[in-house]
Amino acid sequence: MNGKRFSISIPWVLVHLLLIAVSIVVIVPLLYLVISAFKTEQGFLEHTFIPIGEGALGIDWSQLTIRQFGRLFESEIGIGRALVNSVFLSATTAVLATFICALAGYASAALEFKGKRAFEWLVLAALIIPPPLLIAPSYQWLHTLGLLDSYTGLILPAVAPAFGVFLFRQATLQSVPKSILEAARIDGLGEFGIFLVIALPMLRPMVGAFLIITFLAMWNNFIGPQIVLQSAEKQPLSVVIYQTQTAYYSDYGLLMAGTLVSILPVAALFLFLQRDFIAGLSSGAVKG
Amino acid sequence: MAAVELNSVWKIYAGDVSAVKDVNLSIESGEFVVLVGPSGCGKSTTLRMIAGLESISKGEISIGDRVVNDVAPKDRDIAMVFQNYALYPHMTVEKNIAFSLKISGMPKDEINKRVQNVSEVLGLHDLLKRKPGALSGGQRQRVALGRAIARDPKVFLFDEPLSNLDAKLRVAMRTEMKSLHQRLATTTVYVTHDQEEAMTLGSRLVVMNAGQIQQVGTPIDIYNNPTNRFVAGFVGSPAMNFIEGKLQVKAGQTRFSRNGFDIFTGSVSNLPDTESDAVMGIRPQSILLASEGSSDSIPAKVDQVEPLGDQMDIKIRIHDDIAMIARVPLQTGVAAGSDIHIAYDSGKIHFFESHAEGTRINRGAE
Repeated sequence: MNGKRFSISIPWVLVHLLLIAVSIVVIVPLLYLVISAFKTEQGFLEHTFIPIGEGALGIDWSQLTIRQFGRLFESEIGIGRALVNSVFLSATTAVLATFICALAGYASAALEFKGKRAFEWLVLAALIIPPPLLIAPSYQWLHTLGLLDSYTGLILPAVAPAFGVFLFRQATLQSVPKSILEAARIDGLGEFGIFLVIALPMLRPMVGAFLIITFLAMWNNFIGPQIVLQSAEKQPLSVVIYQTQTAYYSDYGLLMAGTLVSILPVAALFLFLQRDFIAGLSSGAVKG
Repeated sequence: MAAVELNSVWKIYAGDVSAVKDVNLSIESGEFVVLVGPSGCGKSTTLRMIAGLESISKGEISIGDRVVNDVAPKDRDIAMVFQNYALYPHMTVEKNIAFSLKISGMPKDEINKRVQNVSEVLGLHDLLKRKPGALSGGQRQRVALGRAIARDPKVFLFDEPLSNLDAKLRVAMRTEMKSLHQRLATTTVYVTHDQEEAMTLGSRLVVMNAGQIQQVGTPIDIYNNPTNRFVAGFVGSPAMNFIEGKLQVKAGQTRFSRNGFDIFTGSVSNLPDTESDAVMGIRPQSILLASEGSSDSIPAKVDQVEPLGDQMDIKIRIHDDIAMIARVPLQTGVAAGSDIHIAYDSGKIHFFESHAEGTRINRGAE
């Protein structure tokens, strides 16, 4: 292959300039967060990024500390408990929502049943309702059902988002050919078996993506727990970190350290699932 | 092995659209029957009704001596091969072949034995551990075939299984399927739109059009004695020439003319006395080159020549406005623009009623 030469053209330069600009926008706040989490109170107020001073490498080491992380885990804040709460809430919601959305989306794409059109319209209609509009009525519902201050009250409304049903419907239409389902039907699988053994593995990239999406949504959910949960020991990270701030005094170092701790599990999950974003599993199954 | 019987089978979709109309067909045990016809003729729908993938609107289908209208596909003891192979992409070739056996609860040793057997027959040994994504089109088709054979079903159903392959591979797979059928002797229903594939594979053809069966018969019978103009035009390549004109039959003498010119005079068997509008049909292979002075020869002009190796297709015109295609031996040295004389193989002339799908008038010994 000698025809492949590295060349710099105007579009290439423009694209890369744009990518660099976007990268800066993304990376700088993250960098700011990481550095700030390791600074003392004074260091935070005096320097935007690394505290410059007389120490080694031109850094004022006396303004850097890991004390904030220690404070997070002390009993007055109790971030350990909140971390466990958040992981439980997010993981449960993600697994349930992904399974239910995949099941419903698959059914709506691949099966014929009475009221299918009505179901599809309902899903689409639900998509256009802005979530804040539902805060008051769902609070009322949860109250009626006696689910306030329980994890069920927080998880249940989140396990069947219309967005997810729609997403899996499209994914099924795109990557699960009807003939494969028919082949499985002839091979003797029942309808639920076809979904579980044939369709779900073919939807794996979407499953991975949606697990991350739903996990993140619950992880970052701030309003929900504020409204539904009342007991302090049930609160997740998002709320607990916010509660470190008071009306008169913001402890930025603590806030930054807490935020950094809250990012790590999500970053790990993403690294774990990211290949599913890329994998095109269905390629080669049928003649394209 | 089992016979398949279709009794007045209809498929009617919402809005009163009939895809299959009153199909009656008996397929004998061990037979290789090909449903052939243009796109949308109802052949695939018919096959899918036999498979149980489409409901039957009216009528009855039985496999063996069991009516299967309300039997689930998995309980019909059939195996189907799809046009796009429909292999499970996340399973290896081995697992694809073994899948239905595993579901049916067959013991592991028996499954292994069958997979080995099938992979030997189809030459899949080296591919067993691969996934479909890593196979070529031909290999995938072979795996799909293997999956069907492993089940050892009563009936094989094929839905255009070769149409995604390139021409050369298609011909090779055709031969392979034929010899496979000779070996297994399993009842087979095969759907294709390719009349050549149908002719070479089927022990019997079912020609369909617009949801209805047009003719059922052996390939040779259908080729020689097409029942109507549709069948005559669909089967055979190049397609039969059709000429509209006037047919006069009197005392065994036949005369077919157009715009006052005689196109054919002579005797054709099985023609009743008549004087009416009709369509004459003659296959390109039944048009012969004649020498100038010979009796019954007709002058013609050559418009175009398409060499095919030892033969060639020539586009000719007689009486200026009647265009025909003839397939003649190559060595005759006919070139575009030249004047020639042609004659018909009079035993192979067909006359049809003059409407588009006209019934054949000179019915042979059928």
